[in-house]
Amino acid sequence: MFLAEYQSKELLAQYGVLAPDGRPARSPDEAQRLCKEIDARKYVVKAQIGAGGRGLAGGIRFAATPSAVADEARRLLGSTLVTEQTGPAGETVTLVQVEAAIDIAQSCFVAIALDPESGQPMLLASGAGGVEFEQRARMDETTAQSCPLPPDSADARAQIASFLTGVGITEAQGAAIDAIFAARHAFTENDMTLIEINPFARTGDGRWIAVDAKVAIDPNASFRRPEFASMVADRPAPADELAAQKHNINLVRLDGNIGVIANGAGLGLATNDMIMDSGGKPANFMDIRTTASSMDVARGVEILLADDRVSAILLTIHGGGMTSADTVAEGVNFAYAKATRKLPVIAYISGKHADWGHRILRERKVPVESCDTLSAAVGRVVELAGQRRAR
Amino acid sequence: MAIFVNSETRLIVQGMTGRSGTFYTDEAIRYGTTCVGGVRPGKGGARHLGLPLFNTVREAAESTQANASLVIVPAPQAGPAMIEAIEAGIGLVVCVTERVPQHDMSRVKQALAGTDTVLIGPNSQGILTPGQCKIGVMPTVNAMPGHIGIASRSASLTSEILAQCSKAGLGQSTTVGIGGDTLHGVGFVDCLKAFRDDPETEAVVLIGEIGGRGEEEAAAYLDSVDYGKPVVALVVGRHAPRGRRMGHAGTLSVLGGGTAEDKIARLRAAGVEIAAHADDVVAAVARATAKAPQKAAAR
Repeated sequence: MFLAEYQSKELLAQYGVLAPDGRPARSPDEAQRLCKEIDARKYVVKAQIGAGGRGLAGGIRFAATPSAVADEARRLLGSTLVTEQTGPAGETVTLVQVEAAIDIAQSCFVAIALDPESGQPMLLASGAGGVEFEQRARMDETTAQSCPLPPDSADARAQIASFLTGVGITEAQGAAIDAIFAARHAFTENDMTLIEINPFARTGDGRWIAVDAKVAIDPNASFRRPEFASMVADRPAPADELAAQKHNINLVRLDGNIGVIANGAGLGLATNDMIMDSGGKPANFMDIRTTASSMDVARGVEILLADDRVSAILLTIHGGGMTSADTVAEGVNFAYAKATRKLPVIAYISGKHADWGHRILRERKVPVESCDTLSAAVGRVVELAGQRRAR
Repeated sequence: MAIFVNSETRLIVQGMTGRSGTFYTDEAIRYGTTCVGGVRPGKGGARHLGLPLFNTVREAAESTQANASLVIVPAPQAGPAMIEAIEAGIGLVVCVTERVPQHDMSRVKQALAGTDTVLIGPNSQGILTPGQCKIGVMPTVNAMPGHIGIASRSASLTSEILAQCSKAGLGQSTTVGIGGDTLHGVGFVDCLKAFRDDPETEAVVLIGEIGGRGEEEAAAYLDSVDYGKPVVALVVGRHAPRGRRMGHAGTLSVLGGGTAEDKIARLRAAGVEIAAHADDVVAAVARATAKAPQKAAAR
């Protein structure tokens, strides 16, 4: 659950991490007006979207005057940015952040996350940050170095100082360490799972500033931090993904024409891999959780039936836990009973109550074709989806 | 023998009186797991499903000589429940609860450090030694005692692979769900070590997926030892788009690795037989087993 950039920086600033003076704006006029409140010689206008890779996609624009800020805001607002993380449909910009452009003397990268091994906070850092940092980090694991980040103490500060020296963050190091412990405080107090500050920039006068920051809040901690859920709700996400979430279903839109229903994340990933290997393209990833009721399943199926990109549905069910195969089959049946558009279903059903599941689909006249193996079901649905597209 | 659980395991259930707790405790008893009691603060002295209830794990452990606990409580209580079991000295703690906050797991890992407790989960289907002991939420209809050890990050896929193995006559020594969360207890390496020491286990199947570093660590471990048993791996999510969360925990790009291709390449380089897809695991076990003696002869 990522906060928008401006929200991330506001939150970190409350703990003492410096950020450029800036304001969010929803219209070009508002962007221009806000310039008066911002103490800057030069401005930057930044699209507030939920995905990374924005800089390379043209989502960050510099402007020398308030009227140029309005022009850039006009260009960004309402436009769709396609980055490597948005998927092919891209994300529409509904909000921009107008802020003071910073004179950067050194552009670094710092991040805080929980170390999967020890479970304790760790610091990742590099003396060379910037827009292409993520690409470099993916190619080369040693781009960012990591070290444990214990609670603030004289010893901890000494450890971090020597670590920072090692990665090339040496100038104004005391201020950098202050910012890192301030960020750690924010991290542990707010159930954050990630703080990524890139660039973490040093100015000519020796200040360290979070020019861009990405904060992820643990969605599993929403029960004790409801305020963050409402902050994220302000941001756009595909309507069908949100609808699915309400029904205990993980849905991710993809760009193919085979609707996939699987009960379990691993089974869903395995199914989509096999579809792609067979030359087909899934329209989605869907994981019906083990706690889902048949009504939840029905809602998930309705979402696929309403998606006009989908030409056939593959149902991969391994009955188990509290969602046995008959529960899933009932859900599919509910959705089909109401639907006007009844797409063909290819089913591979196994596990607990598999026989009941088969029987329910057959007897209730869901247009289902059952296969004995997952490979056979995948092969059949790919064939069928290909034919229906060709028509 | 098997790993972590067997017919000697004496189980208590934290959260036994809840809807899920009742359902899965009943299933475990029917399967033959030795269940000796439950923990429900405020209900100490009462009975549920014919078993005594206790207010605390410590009381339950003292009265019943329990050596394992199933934590099946709502997510907000799961962290404290695991810590209570660890502090009471329970040898094996299995948490099936989903959506446990990461910072709660951070505290659990701190409590776990330096103890002998083995933690499985959270967000795990649990652990099953067919014919002896089931602790968790997995179906057992297709389980069969035998010699394949399975360690997996995904519940439903494990059940599917297990069913295929049984159908082909390959029974299982133990299946362990290491869970789908970033912060968890035992990982692939712990399972590999335990399966290596288990005379019942003749081959190991790892079921991995994109994200995290568990598969990379397994590859590094297998590279560092003469493992002596065939190992097969299935890694799913090869075609999943980058940067999107697909049900389970994703990975931090700055930590490197995490892609299915990378995991597969490293595992293959460490001598692991790769299952091309979910329907290729049984065949991969046969390929790995056929290769094993040649490998030994070459040394």
